[in-house]
Amino acid sequence: MHYLLRRLGFYLLAAWAALTINFFLPRLMPGDPASTLFARFKGKLDPAAIEALRATFGLTDAPLWRQYLTSLGHVLQGDLGVSIAYFPSPVAEVIGTGLGWTLFLAGSAVIVSFAIGTLLGVVAAWWRRGWADSWLPSTLIFVGAFPYFWLAMAALYVLGFTLGWFPLGHAYSDDAVPGWTWAFTADVLRHAALPMTTIVLVTLGGWLLTMRNTMISLLGSDYVNLARAKGLPSAQVALRYAARNALLPSVTGFGMALGFVLGGSLLTEIVFSYPGQGYLLVQAVRAQDYPLMQGIFLVITLAVLGTNWLVDLIYLWLDPRTRDAGS
Amino acid sequence: MSRADATQATGLGAWAHAIRRDRKALSGAIILAVFALVGIAGPWFAGDPSALVGVPLQPPSGAHWLGTNGQGQDVLAQLIAGTRVSLAVGFGVGLAVVLLGALVGVTAGYFGDRVDALLSVFSNVFLVLPGLPLAIVIAAYLPSGPFTVALVLTLTGWAWNARVLRAQTLALRRRDFVAAAVVAGESEWRLLLVEIVPNMLSVLVAQVIGSTVYAIGAQVGLEFLGLGDVARVTWGTMLYWAQNDAALLTGSWWTFVPPGLCVALVGFALTMLNSGFDEITNPRLQLERVWRAFLERRGVPAGRSTPVVREP
Repeated sequence: MHYLLRRLGFYLLAAWAALTINFFLPRLMPGDPASTLFARFKGKLDPAAIEALRATFGLTDAPLWRQYLTSLGHVLQGDLGVSIAYFPSPVAEVIGTGLGWTLFLAGSAVIVSFAIGTLLGVVAAWWRRGWADSWLPSTLIFVGAFPYFWLAMAALYVLGFTLGWFPLGHAYSDDAVPGWTWAFTADVLRHAALPMTTIVLVTLGGWLLTMRNTMISLLGSDYVNLARAKGLPSAQVALRYAARNALLPSVTGFGMALGFVLGGSLLTEIVFSYPGQGYLLVQAVRAQDYPLMQGIFLVITLAVLGTNWLVDLIYLWLDPRTRDAGS
Repeated sequence: MSRADATQATGLGAWAHAIRRDRKALSGAIILAVFALVGIAGPWFAGDPSALVGVPLQPPSGAHWLGTNGQGQDVLAQLIAGTRVSLAVGFGVGLAVVLLGALVGVTAGYFGDRVDALLSVFSNVFLVLPGLPLAIVIAAYLPSGPFTVALVLTLTGWAWNARVLRAQTLALRRRDFVAAAVVAGESEWRLLLVEIVPNMLSVLVAQVIGSTVYAIGAQVGLEFLGLGDVARVTWGTMLYWAQNDAALLTGSWWTFVPPGLCVALVGFALTMLNSGFDEITNPRLQLERVWRAFLERRGVPAGRSTPVVREP
């Protein structure tokens, strides 16, 4: 329990750091971009929008610390300001429309990739110098060297454009009616298949290598040798004895990989015009919609922190030593 | 491996030796050398990458080996011009990220206590914040260009290196030769720069290589989003324009395949170089090889475990 609380404290600290970066970033930049922003939008935006923008940045005449506290208070109430590009929609509302899609796409891609990659790592380590150990890692490293979004472009070109096997973009067909029906679910899965596969392909190699390397060093340890000497079935030695312990570094990496994969999936979304956070983020960048941009950063950060805490829970279950240290 | 080899393997001169001996490292080094040569000398031969030379979106032909892009510029000339900027930013950021990471990590590991606690929390926070979204937000506020991209990627990418180097420093700090140097009354600076840092050299080199892979990928990603200077020719902006000119929907694969392949080739070469070094410098893999050779000479199939073998 102590362990979990300490981790929770750390994530709160990280969330606070993200909020602080969000607050000071516009104020630290050379030439005060907030003012130049207002100057640029003068005439294009109505005064109400500019006022909303000022309020978003907390750019009042109050002293800095008071502005800071006001901005923190707003965020705590779920108020992320007003979007410029989608004026007068609040940022929180705009983000809400895309968040589900991103979590669905990136989340399932990470889980699928982790499961397959880790299993392949076990296979590669157990049958040392077999097919899974000799050519699979270097192939996957080569695939992993491509930028996510480039692989997505190539897949879209070959499988979507030339062969016509997959839809060319978006989360579901124009004529589909959203709802919990089989037809709609199948449609969504068909649209998600290609983006998800590209993310899985790029990230697979990392999981495989981490698992393989830890597994190899564990296979030489005494308790595994003893298990084998006792005559336990191979599958039991490989999975229950070696793999369970070898999983620990991979699980630690899982939390950190999450931010990375989310970043990559943002880029993949753009290639597939997938209506998630990445798509919104690019719209925000191109329209210089700073409140929306910062809101997306904040929401993504909070999602990553929350998942990291869940990963800590899993770690606690996997590794009894953390439990003992906590009590 | 004899004693002399073992001592040599820790020095800097061992890198060249390692590259020659390992097939992976050698192929990586050759690919990199070709790219470096193109990056340095290529632009003098390739002509102006921004010149409008023909009809837009022409497929590869004798006149334009890689075709033309959506603006009617030569794709090959752009690729060659882009190599210089992309590699320079990649290696620059790779180096900067490790320097910053070393500064934080070694300081934390060496001084320990409160300094360590503070710096560790600091780098862990940076580690858990999602890098690319943070990079995008910072880059959006700064004037666009290769320097901004480099700065942003350095700021968002150093934390992992700091964490690894802190652990390395902690391990070295406890070693006898450091204790001996302390007893001998060496100054703290000398301890750090002469006793500790040189012993981390192999880790540092591996980190520079790994960070460069990260930097090239992230740089291309940022530029693809339009956060670089889109008037400047780099691999990333080539992909940006390919996406903007709807290369996919017009079937012009030659505008986006070459820059992506280049990024992947450089990344692959760097990774190969790194794993080749690892085979040489990792005592565990080293011993495993010795052991396997020993078994093979006697016609015994190697087992699953990695044994601890004394030098034969």
